[in-house]
Amino acid sequence: MNLTIREALLAFRRAPLLSALSVTTIAFSLFVLGLFGLVAVNFQRALNEIAQRVEIVAYLLPGTPGETVTLALKDIEAFPEVQAANYVSEDSALARAKRELVEFRDQYRELENNPLPASIEVKLKPSFRDAAHVNVVADRLRGFGFVDDVHFGRDWVEKLDRLRQLAAAVGIVVGGAFAAVAIIIIGTTIRMAVLQRSREIAIMRLVGATDGFIRRPFLLQGTIKGLLGGLVAMGFSFGAYYLINRFLIQATFFTEVQALAIVGFGALIGLMGSLLSVGRHLKRV
Amino acid sequence: MIKFTNVFKAFPKGGLALKDVSFHIAKGEFAFLTGHSGAGKSTVLKLVFAEERPTSGEVRVSGFNVSDLPTRAIPMLRRRLGIVFQDFRLLEDRMAAENVAFALEVTGARRATIPARVMRVLTQVGLAAKAQAYPRELSGGEQQRVAIARALVNEPTVLLADEPTGNLDERATRGVFQLLRDINASGTAVVMATHDLDLVRQAPYRVIELQEGAVVFDSAVDEPRGQAAPTT
Ligand SMILES: Nc1ncnc2c1ncn2[C@@H]1O[C@H](COP(=O)(O)OP(=O)(O)OP(=O)(O)O)[C@@H](O)[C@H]1O
Ligand SMILES: [Mg+2]
Repeated sequence: MNLTIREALLAFRRAPLLSALSVTTIAFSLFVLGLFGLVAVNFQRALNEIAQRVEIVAYLLPGTPGETVTLALKDIEAFPEVQAANYVSEDSALARAKRELVEFRDQYRELENNPLPASIEVKLKPSFRDAAHVNVVADRLRGFGFVDDVHFGRDWVEKLDRLRQLAAAVGIVVGGAFAAVAIIIIGTTIRMAVLQRSREIAIMRLVGATDGFIRRPFLLQGTIKGLLGGLVAMGFSFGAYYLINRFLIQATFFTEVQALAIVGFGALIGLMGSLLSVGRHLKRV
Repeated sequence: MIKFTNVFKAFPKGGLALKDVSFHIAKGEFAFLTGHSGAGKSTVLKLVFAEERPTSGEVRVSGFNVSDLPTRAIPMLRRRLGIVFQDFRLLEDRMAAENVAFALEVTGARRATIPARVMRVLTQVGLAAKAQAYPRELSGGEQQRVAIARALVNEPTVLLADEPTGNLDERATRGVFQLLRDINASGTAVVMATHDLDLVRQAPYRVIELQEGAVVFDSAVDEPRGQAAPTT
């Protein structure tokens, strides 16, 4: 076997405890990152689904004549952003409420007159389903004299989006803190390995090994630890996802690219830890 | 081959280790470096293999200028040199043959060529039969032979030996010294630092004597034909 690879792998036998500790901290760091990542990914998915359903509802003043509405519908459907516009009469609104809001069915039954207004539900074309266009269309709808009020899901979208950003930020901060700890621990491991092998390193130098060659096993060793940590973290993340999916809510897992990126980030942490440490300590032996 | 020109070496702590040292060792020559403990013998050798840099003056070693050799180029210089020490510096967890092979592996020799080259030098130093022995299973003299084999395996033009017989008894000393003479006879220059004046007197080689960091005697300069050793 190649000397570099052999030496890198020997490190696990020479210092099994420290190696395990390095792998564990990297795994933990990435697991934390992974958990918050999962939350972010799933919020993103929820957001996309809501965006799919972006609808603008224009509530009409009571007693708006049917012909007026029919004409307005034609106008609205002619908007370039609009895919479809539907009229929901007072009666059908009540019927729908009774159907969908099971808890309130009894209360509605006792009502003497229908409190629900008629409305026009406007669905936008996919490419116009964003906050800016929603606002434009909503403003235009307000321009109709018989429109009382215009509602759309913007608040929800923005709240979810903020939550997603929060999850991502917390994940990055906490994961980053663990990554820093992992880098320090890897650095310590490398330091010990360098000291342990100082005789060997001195001899390598004496017979003309380049610094790059001397460094390589240490860097490889750190990278392997990072890679292992990343794989372990991915395993745990998948476990967490599986449990959530099974017992809490339907969720999605990372895409292959995202999963690879997290494992790759582990390798990067390992490489960084050894890179930051090895040069400094090689100078001293 | 090795040329010192007005070399001074000062260590940060401590005074001048070398003062105005100049000499020239030719290709294929055998030269002793002698002098009391602390005279600067090891320092001269360290300058040759660029472990240390001269404070002033010029050190040239087979085409390399050690005075301003970039650190990255030091390995290239060392691959032209073989270096042995009093304390052998073998790796305890590797067999004799592996210790020798190590010098080839870490300098990127082609793997297929390694076993044959290792066996050839082990045969040269008379240790072919002990190729599979660990250092702890070898006598001091044998360990030094392994170290010499490791120094030779990259086919150096100069062999540097810092008191190579310092830890050996008389018999082993004679054996190792004879080996160095044989190596020199086959064309490799040898620079050997030693305290052992008996050894120095035995052979008709160049003697450079240092005292407190200065060259006080150089047989090539002071008695060009003579063979007498200095009388320190
Ligand atoms: N790294 C160093 N830092 C400070 N002083 C040093 C260093 N190396 C050597 N010296 C000093 O330089 C002088 C020469 O040392 P050197 O090792 O060359 O002597 P030497 O002739 O090899 O002695 P010995 O026969 O005991 O090996 C000594 O005074 C020593 O203390
Ligand atoms: Mg010395």
